Amino acid sequence: MDKDDYIVRFENVQKSYDGETLVVKNFNIDIERGEFLTMLGPSGSGKTTCLMMLAGFEPATNGEIYLNGSPINNVPPHKRGIGMVFQNYALFPHMSVAENLAFPLKVRGMSKSDSEAKVKRALGMVRLDEFGGRRPGQLSGGQQQRVAVARALVFEPDLVLMDEPLGALDKNLREEMQFEIKHIHESLGVSVVYVTHDQSEALTMSNRIAVFNDGVVQQLAAPEVLYEKPENAFVAQFIGENNKLTGKVTAIDGDIAQVTLDGGGDKVAALAVKCGGVGEKSQLSIRPERVILGDEDVPNKMSGKVVELIYLGDHIRCRMEVGDSSEFIVKVANSHAHAALKVGEVTPIGWVTEDCRALDVL
Amino acid sequence: MAALPPYASSAQIAWHYGFRTICALIFLFLMLPIMVIVPLSFNAQNFFTFTREMLALDPDGYSLKHYNDFFTNSDWQGALGNSLRIAPMATLLSTGLGTLAAIGLSQQHVPFKGAIMAILISPMIVPLIISAAGMYFFYSRIGLQGTYWGVVLAHAALGTPFVIITVTATLVGFDRSLVRAAASLGANPVTTFVKVQMPLILPGVISGGLFAFITSFDEVVVVLFVGSAGQKTLPWQMFTGLREQISPTILAVATVLIAISILLLSTLELLRRRSERLRGMSPG
Repeated sequence: MDKDDYIVRFENVQKSYDGETLVVKNFNIDIERGEFLTMLGPSGSGKTTCLMMLAGFEPATNGEIYLNGSPINNVPPHKRGIGMVFQNYALFPHMSVAENLAFPLKVRGMSKSDSEAKVKRALGMVRLDEFGGRRPGQLSGGQQQRVAVARALVFEPDLVLMDEPLGALDKNLREEMQFEIKHIHESLGVSVVYVTHDQSEALTMSNRIAVFNDGVVQQLAAPEVLYEKPENAFVAQFIGENNKLTGKVTAIDGDIAQVTLDGGGDKVAALAVKCGGVGEKSQLSIRPERVILGDEDVPNKMSGKVVELIYLGDHIRCRMEVGDSSEFIVKVANSHAHAALKVGEVTPIGWVTEDCRALDVL
Repeated sequence: MAALPPYASSAQIAWHYGFRTICALIFLFLMLPIMVIVPLSFNAQNFFTFTREMLALDPDGYSLKHYNDFFTNSDWQGALGNSLRIAPMATLLSTGLGTLAAIGLSQQHVPFKGAIMAILISPMIVPLIISAAGMYFFYSRIGLQGTYWGVVLAHAALGTPFVIITVTATLVGFDRSLVRAAASLGANPVTTFVKVQMPLILPGVISGGLFAFITSFDEVVVVLFVGSAGQKTLPWQMFTGLREQISPTILAVATVLIAISILLLSTLELLRRRSERLRGMSPG
């Protein structure tokens, strides 16, 4: 695809605040039209800086950012036409909700009747029809958040940025708002770039997720790919729950690596994703729900000692000692088929080779 | 005020009442010299003391003759006119400059922020007589000494620090993401300033402006140096009045000035409450 087909393109973008350390190191991304793209990462990983560069509030130190095919490095924020939802909502406290929503229309010189109709529709979209006359200070956090979303969308931008917009809400409201934003995105077809440090939020809402760490995109992929096929140890650790076992690569045959585990010397086979050559250290990654308990017929067989059992209703979390790890978690479905485990018991475990990925060592 | 808890020791009880007594005495010390002027200004005699008739609350002991003198005497009216021409212009200048300076200094990356702030605030700290002497020599050189604009500029310099301080204090509570939000919604920097930032810092701007106004309206030292007979302001007239004629008209003028000050301070308080209500901090 030509660069004009993407709504946003970052080309070799770097950012340094002090001229010495790079907060963003060589960032490249193409964001498709209508896409919901999430930048996910721990704090200080550079994700918010990238969003601020796209919004125009921080200049890029190096590289070029394109919006709809044209470079925007020299375009001031107010001429970019990008909607934005801020972490603290940033509603104008001296204006009513309706005036807040009319603000972007008024600065664009829209007539009063057109503007009123759009404000009304936007309020309806976030189910706040009755609240136009209130001031932001008289609304709850969730309502303020919905006003902020409506305000960012009311002038019909084709790109909306959201900077951890749900961070200040409690858990139930956050989940409700996740679905609401997702539905608005689907019904309007607007492109969204969303920044969060909450991985479950990212998995719930996004078409694609860019996982940031240390100023570098570790992996850019759809949620299910990120979870099922992490490309390095950071992504495996950051997305979802993960068991890690360290060992040394003894042989590589095609895309299968033979690894001898530290502490015990068990030999296992794993997908050689990013493990370096023979003789190098590797970290194996297996999702807790992919570990098979009991004496099943699987290629990789080991044994683990049950250390702790936590009953969670639908499943039981079983913490085991396996290899050199005492934090090896197995999720056991709460069904009749499974024999009851006991603390202290040594039980056979195993997994299929495709579920175990040999990655780099952090 | 919280009542005494039942377990208060005798020392605590003594302090509880002692504290209130001390507070009352401080208020008395601050207020009495001002309050005593008000009844004296209605004196029927040309004295600065309470006459026997006044103490007996005899209506004949009181009169409005000093007020009459103030409002008819051409010296006083000329001085009032000068003050009213100088103070608003000086206020306008210091409010404009002080607000801009405060906004500039509250940006994130300003080099020598502390030093610039200290220089701008210095007219408040340097003894007035020194500022006045400095201005006298400087303004003489550039031909501003003895002119209307000379006095206005001098008073603007004295009033600006008040505006800077009050506006800076308001900006501390100002959420800078509102400026970014306005920009993301398509407002250019000027629109953002007029529609978003200014309405929210307006209470600080106005209270700074009021302080600047009072500074100019009450100022006597600088105007004695920088002004000439054509810029004789109200405080200057009071000063000469005290030295040369000792007329109780001064008391009437003082009472009028007190009334104006009270009015201005009440306006301030009302504005503060209004801004709090706007921010939704207290129910409207």
